[in-house]
Formats: sequence, structure tokens, C-alpha cells
Amino acid sequence: MLRQIEGSRGVAETVARCRPEVVCAYPISPQTHIIEAIGEMVKAGQLSPCEFINVESEFAAMSVSIGASAAGARAYTATASQGLLFMMEAVYNAAGLGLPIVMTLANRAIGAPINIWNDHSDAMAARDAGWIQLFAETNQEAADLHVLAFRLAEELSLPVMVCMDGFILTHAVEGIDVPDQRDVDAFLPSYEPRQVLDPAHPISIGAMVGPEAFTEVRYLSHLRQLDALDLIPVLASQFASTFGRESGGLIHSYETNDATTIVVALGSVLGTIKDAVDQRRALGDRVGVVGITTFRPFPFDEVRRALANAQRVIVIEKAFSVGYGGVLSADVASATHDATISLHSVVAGLGGRAITQHSLEAILDDAVHGRLDSVTFLDLDLDIVESERARIDTQRRSGPSAENVLSDLGTVASRIG
Amino acid sequence: MFQIRFHGRGGQGVVTAAEMLSVAAFDEGKFSQAFPSFGSERTGAPVVSFCRIDNRPIRSREPVIKPDALIIQDVTLLHQVDVFAGLSTEGYVLINTSKSFDELGLGDYLRTFHRERLLTCPATEIALEYLGRPLPNAVLLGGFAALTGQVTLESITTAIGERFTGATGDQNVAAATAAYQLVAKAEEEFDRATTN
Amino acid sequence: MIIMTRQPVHFYQVGSFAVGNRLLEVSDRTVQSDPQRFDSLDSGHRACQGCGEALGARYALDAAMRATGGQLIAVNATGCLEVFSTPYPETSWRIAWLHSLFGNAPAVATGVAAAMKVKGMNDVRVVAQAGDGGTVDIGFGCLSGMFERNDDVLFICYDNEAYMNTGVQRSGATPPAARTATTEAVGPEPGNVFGQGKDMPRLAMAHGISYVATATVADLHDLENKVEHAMQLHGARYLHILVPCPLGWGSASCDTIKVARLAQETGLFPVFEAENGVVTGVSKIRHRTSVESYLSIQKRFRHLFAGSGRPDIVARIQAMADQNIALYGLLAEDAPAEITREVSA
Repeated sequence: MLRQIEGSRGVAETVARCRPEVVCAYPISPQTHIIEAIGEMVKAGQLSPCEFINVESEFAAMSVSIGASAAGARAYTATASQGLLFMMEAVYNAAGLGLPIVMTLANRAIGAPINIWNDHSDAMAARDAGWIQLFAETNQEAADLHVLAFRLAEELSLPVMVCMDGFILTHAVEGIDVPDQRDVDAFLPSYEPRQVLDPAHPISIGAMVGPEAFTEVRYLSHLRQLDALDLIPVLASQFASTFGRESGGLIHSYETNDATTIVVALGSVLGTIKDAVDQRRALGDRVGVVGITTFRPFPFDEVRRALANAQRVIVIEKAFSVGYGGVLSADVASATHDATISLHSVVAGLGGRAITQHSLEAILDDAVHGRLDSVTFLDLDLDIVESERARIDTQRRSGPSAENVLSDLGTVASRIG
Repeated sequence: MFQIRFHGRGGQGVVTAAEMLSVAAFDEGKFSQAFPSFGSERTGAPVVSFCRIDNRPIRSREPVIKPDALIIQDVTLLHQVDVFAGLSTEGYVLINTSKSFDELGLGDYLRTFHRERLLTCPATEIALEYLGRPLPNAVLLGGFAALTGQVTLESITTAIGERFTGATGDQNVAAATAAYQLVAKAEEEFDRATTN
Repeated sequence: MIIMTRQPVHFYQVGSFAVGNRLLEVSDRTVQSDPQRFDSLDSGHRACQGCGEALGARYALDAAMRATGGQLIAVNATGCLEVFSTPYPETSWRIAWLHSLFGNAPAVATGVAAAMKVKGMNDVRVVAQAGDGGTVDIGFGCLSGMFERNDDVLFICYDNEAYMNTGVQRSGATPPAARTATTEAVGPEPGNVFGQGKDMPRLAMAHGISYVATATVADLHDLENKVEHAMQLHGARYLHILVPCPLGWGSASCDTIKVARLAQETGLFPVFEAENGVVTGVSKIRHRTSVESYLSIQKRFRHLFAGSGRPDIVARIQAMADQNIALYGLLAEDAPAEITREVSA
């Protein structure tokens, strides 16, 4: 039944219908509403049996999840930003141990400077951790991806991170059809672990592995991730037949059939991009969009095929590697290295900066007229940057850049755009 | 698509107002979307929230930059925030105050707007009367329904009832209804004045 | 004579006042004296000769296995114990065993316990174990959280008073004046500084958990009894076992039990137990001895005795021992009242 509810609520109810047995909670914005709602369901007895554990840190949240999963329980937690970094050692560990934990990442920028708003820096920081990373475009998809995530995780014995844009999705109220309990039960069988701590059949998990076997163990993890590339479309198709709507999959193309310019992006910004694309198509520009749902493992073949006929690809990304450039752009470049495509990287939406349709249309306009640079920072205020650069050049003790920039900018109360 | 931007202060239910309006539109079978300005604002700080209503699925995730309607829950923001940013002269404005636009010093600025789309409403006073607390958010939604006709009063009161239970819900419904009638009456008077 | 049919088990009870197992009724004998003991940590592991931690872990886990009828899962922090007991496939663990990270063993154990609870497997009990670094330093946050939530885990710290796995660096459990690789025996105040370090058992007690105890590998009966008792209880429990490290302490491999006994007999390592934050029992010192007898057989304190020596520093260490003796009432005539009042105040 379609209901007008907050994205976090939709995810919480969906996760509950996946019958997690151990849920760990540590508060960090913007994921808190998810974990609060699940906590209430457990306390009220609506989600049972389930152990809801208020832990003392994100490091503990992932560690408790590791213990629970290794002991055969379906484990879930959620985090964001600094929280993901704080648990990062355990994030890698969960993947290395091959434990099918599902975690929501309510995407948020990473400080310093401290910033609670949305971008994809956190997900990108974890891209090499060995987790499957799925990105939601809408709140419906965010909810649905969790059902797929548990199934995928447990079939492959790999952890899955469901990335949904913090605030933009987590705090948005819109229509969501929370997957029906019977459908979820039909789609998601109970967890049968590949490895489990069992006093009746004692095994050692997490033993030291030396140079003689480490490569093989790592390669096996890689193979399982590659298996996910085959399994994800199969599960997406099963999901569609069970739930009556499309969700998940590797990538999704929009208006790409005749497109000479294709925009590639992750997450909720795809919606605004599609509006911008419609607008440009109305003006006669042959533009299209490829949304990447499965970011890790990276679907090289699908991306290559989807972009095969494009002359120009614009990667809009909400994160970048300082001193390097766009992270997603590098993956797309790698997928299309043998094609004669002009690749442009547009870094946008950092720390919650609004990505407006107006700015996107300007980017598309620049692109089709050959004016777009290889790397663009969308809506960058160059005057502010130059001012701070000048301060650094002329003063030894120029002070903290972040505070200087704020000072130059002046008071901005309730900035809208 | 009809886009509404709410301006208020932390603690005035600015985010809840946008959510309730989106629920009211949803209940009428429309597509709608509500979201806050994503701040870590504390009580009393300027807060913005947004609502979109459409007859087809809404894909945009940008903030409401060009609103069709503004609901200003706290009149003191007029001197602090550029609340009218992006509003065209076709736009609707509903301000929580017992003063007139001229008394607020907005007469000149809004001269080119449609007069019947501009209204002040003493929502805080109405809230105090019906709720005993200065919470203008639900009240103003009643006024918004009468001013714009984008949603019905019935949908608004249903949405309020879904959000607030018991006496609080009843009081908010009564207050929103009172604001609806006040605004409807003001609109009628305006119509009479302009047609006469 | 049942005893004659059993495989003899060798112990080095140097300087012991203990009554030998063979003179006791079978039911009063230690778990370790039973050839049918579980051998949770089996032979063939790679610990150093005379490793106190290897002894402590086997003693504690075998006792826990007996107490739980074999329904036990162990979680291990990174450290010497984890490293020398694996790599796979040469694991020495004959029990269900999980190692995740250095600093998260208490939280991982919480997860295992939660899984057992949610699955209704209430007979399966959970033990988490770490060295002193994994307990008082890097694992402290997770440990405090596990204590505070009163999760159903017995946490065992094998305290060898430094980071031995990485080459003997100072930890928050390293005693004053001890030489480590990061507190070298140089300068006017050689070795670790005075006035630092955590009293972990008392920190555990401050959490109000049901059971806190200390033990050494020198008193097997006492150690096993404490594990046995801990496994009868539920909620968070803490056992702090002093395990001498021949490598890090510079003691003879054959002296591990002796050094552990001297730590207790000098008063430097008080052996006691506490329930719900209150000390309920202490192991009395049976043959009080000066700290020199303990310090002088360890190379990590050699700088206190070389040349004209540092009697001033030895005196400060003696004062610490005397303070412990007074605080816990460790002498036979003492009433163990002081700490009780202090903690409950």
C-alpha cells in the first residue's frame, strides 16, 4: 500500500520486514530516524525476535554486527559519514570475514570542516572495503534495495551497504509502498550461514593468514563480488515478479537510445538530472542519463555498453579524491577506455550544496557546445577561493581556511539554494 | 507542479507543516514531496522546508528555488532572510501576522503581485485561542487551502488528524478550520470589493 | 587407584605452598589435572617457552568449558594469544572461536551473545579474551560499553603488562619503572613513569557488574574456581589474570609460575573478587616478601639493581605494594574492609 511517509520510516519498516535478528544503533545524522524507528518496533514487540542494542560507538555497532553474524544471526545497522570512518576497521573486517551484514549508509560529507549535509564522500571512502555498494535513486528504491541487499548478502556471504542520500532521501516525505511482509518472506528465505560459531561443530574464524594463502583468500572475495554482477540482475528480475515493480539491478538508462551526450551519476540526483535532460531534449539536444545502482562491484561491461554510442559522457559526482579528481569518473573512464569518448567530470553537491536543475542544464548546454572542461566544480565561487589564496600568499599566519571562507562569505541565514 | 516554501523558526513546526501538506495532497491522489532545509538548527533559528504537489511523479530533488507559494510562519524573518527569493509576481504569500502588508512595510514591494494571492493571517493568535500554545503551522495550512485551493480543507484536517492524535489533533483541526474560514471570508470580501 | 590409570600432568609449582592435586579427592582436583580435560587451547601452538598467557588461556577456557558443559563460544582480540594459536589450519582452538580485531572483542562478544539470545540458545555462553592492550587501551571503549549494557559475556584479560605481540611496548597496564621498548631504562627516571596506568579491575567494579575477579597463573585452584563461579552468573563479568611473559619481563621461562606467585605474595598484584562493585574476598598473602624478590628476577627491572642500584625507586614500588596490602587487607590478620567501604561510598 502506497503511503506518504518519510524515507527513513520506509527503510525502517522494510528492514523490519526482513526480520533482522540483531540490530545495532549508534546515533549519527542523518541515519538516526531509521534506527529510532526500528528500536521502537523492537521495544513494542512488533519486531520479534530481535535484539536491539544501543552501542557506544559505530566501531562497536559494526563489531557487534560481526559477532552476531558470525554466530548465525541476521544483522543490520546504519551509519553515515564520520560514523562510517569510525567503524572502518570493522567494515573491512566484516567483508574480509565474509559476513552478510546489511548496513544503510545515509550519505553525508566527511569533515573537516564538519558538515552534516549530503554528499558521497563516505561511500567513496569505503569503496575498496569489499562491501557491495548499492545506491538508491528514490525512497521507494531505498526501501526495496534493503530486501535485495539481505538476499544478495546471504547468497554470496558478503556484506552489503545500501547508500541513500542523507536528508535528501532520508528526511524526504513521499509516497512509498513498503514491501509486503508475505512478499518479503517469499523473496527472502531465513539466513543459512556458510560459516557459523557452533559449540557442536567448533571452528576457528578469523585466524591469521600468511603470504602463502592471503592472495587466494582475497581473490576469492573478488570472485564473489564478480558473482554479484551475475546475481544482481537475476534478483532484480525476481524482485519485479514478486513485488510488481522494478528495483535494484546494475545500471539504469534513461533516454540513451539516440543520445550523443550521456550523464552518469549515483543516487537521488538522478531525478533532477532527468528533469534537466527532458528540458534539454525539448530544445533538441540528444542527451540521456545512465544511473549506476550497483557501484561495487562496478558493472564495467554494462557501463561500457550503455555508453558505447555516446560521443560525450558527463559524470556528475558528489565526491572527489583530493589531489586526484572524480572517483566515479575514474571508474567510468576505465570502463570506456577503448572508446573515443570525451569524458567530463562535474563535481557537484559537496557538503549539501544544492544541485539545481538550472545549473545542470547549463552544464549540458556547455557540453553539447563543446565548452565543458574535463573537470568542473559546479557552482564554485571562485572569488571566495581567490580571496583565500591571496591571504595564504601574503600572510604566514593566514589562519584556518574554512573559517576565513565563511568570514569572506558573510552571514548566510537559511540559504535556500 | 505547485511548489510551496515554508519559512519559520525552529520549534514552530515548519518541517511538520510541509509534511502535513504533502500528506493532504497525497490523500487527494496527487503526487507530493516534502523535505526540510536539512539544517542542524536549534530552537529559534531560521528554518526552511519545502513541499511539491503534482499530478505526475516528482523526480526533482533540488530545493524549491522558484516557489508558487510562500508560507511565512514568523514575521520577524522578513528582516533576516530573503524569504521572497525566487517568488514571481504570480505567487501566493501567506504571512502569520495580525498586521497588514502595508503595516509590515511590504506594500510597495508586493504592489505588482495579485492582491487576492496575498494574505496575512493571525495564526499565532488563533493557535493560542484553540491550542493554548503559539504553534501556527497547522493553522496556516487551513489558511493555505483557502488561499490557493491547491488542497481541500478536508484533506488538511485529515492530514492533521493523522499527525496529531487526541485533543491536540482536534484542537489543531479546529484552529486550521478557523483559519480557513477567516481566509475564505477575506477572499470573499476581496472578490466583492473588486467586482463592485 | 584411579589416579594410576590417568595420564600424568606436569606442573611447575616452584615455591608453592599448594597441596598437590594427587593428595586431594578427585572431585577437589583442578580441571587441568583431569586427563579428560577439554584442552580448549591444544598443544602445538607457537607461544614462547614458559608463556603465561598460553597457560592462563587454557586454564580459564578449560574451566569455562567444564562449567558450561562444552557450550562455549570464545571471541579473541588481536594479540599474542590470537597470533600464536593460529594460523589456520594449525589452529590450536578446539572450541568455537572468532577473532575480529584488536579493539573490538567485547563488542563482537556482545553480538555473539545477542545471536544466542535471539535464537533461544541460552545454554551457549560467551567468553571474550584479550591481552592488557586489547583490554585497558584499544579495547577499553568497547569493554566499558559491554559492561555498562551488562551484556552476557565473561571478559578475560590476560595481563602481561605490555604490548608483547609487537615487541614489548608500554601499555596502560605497564607498571612503573618497567623497561619496555617505548619506556627504555635510560635517563634519570628509567623505565615507565610513576603515577600512570589503569586499575582495570576497579574500573570494571565501578560499572557495577555482577562479578569482577583477579587471579594469577600461579594459583590454579583459585583461577578455575573464579571461572567456574563467573560462568554460574549472567550479565557482564570480568576476570583479570596476571600472566608473566618471559620475553617481555626478562624472566626465566621456568620461572613463570614463580614470578606470578611473587607478584601476589609481595602485594603488587592483589588477588581478590568482587560482586556488584563490592570486594567479597581476597587471597591472603601466605608468605609476605619484599618487592626486590619479585623485581630482581626480571630483566625489565634490572636497571633498579645494576651498579649502586636505585633503592629510591624500589622503595616507591614497595610503597605501592604496602598500599595494596592495606587497601585490600591482604595479610592474614587484616580484615578486607577498606576497599569495600571505599567502593560503596
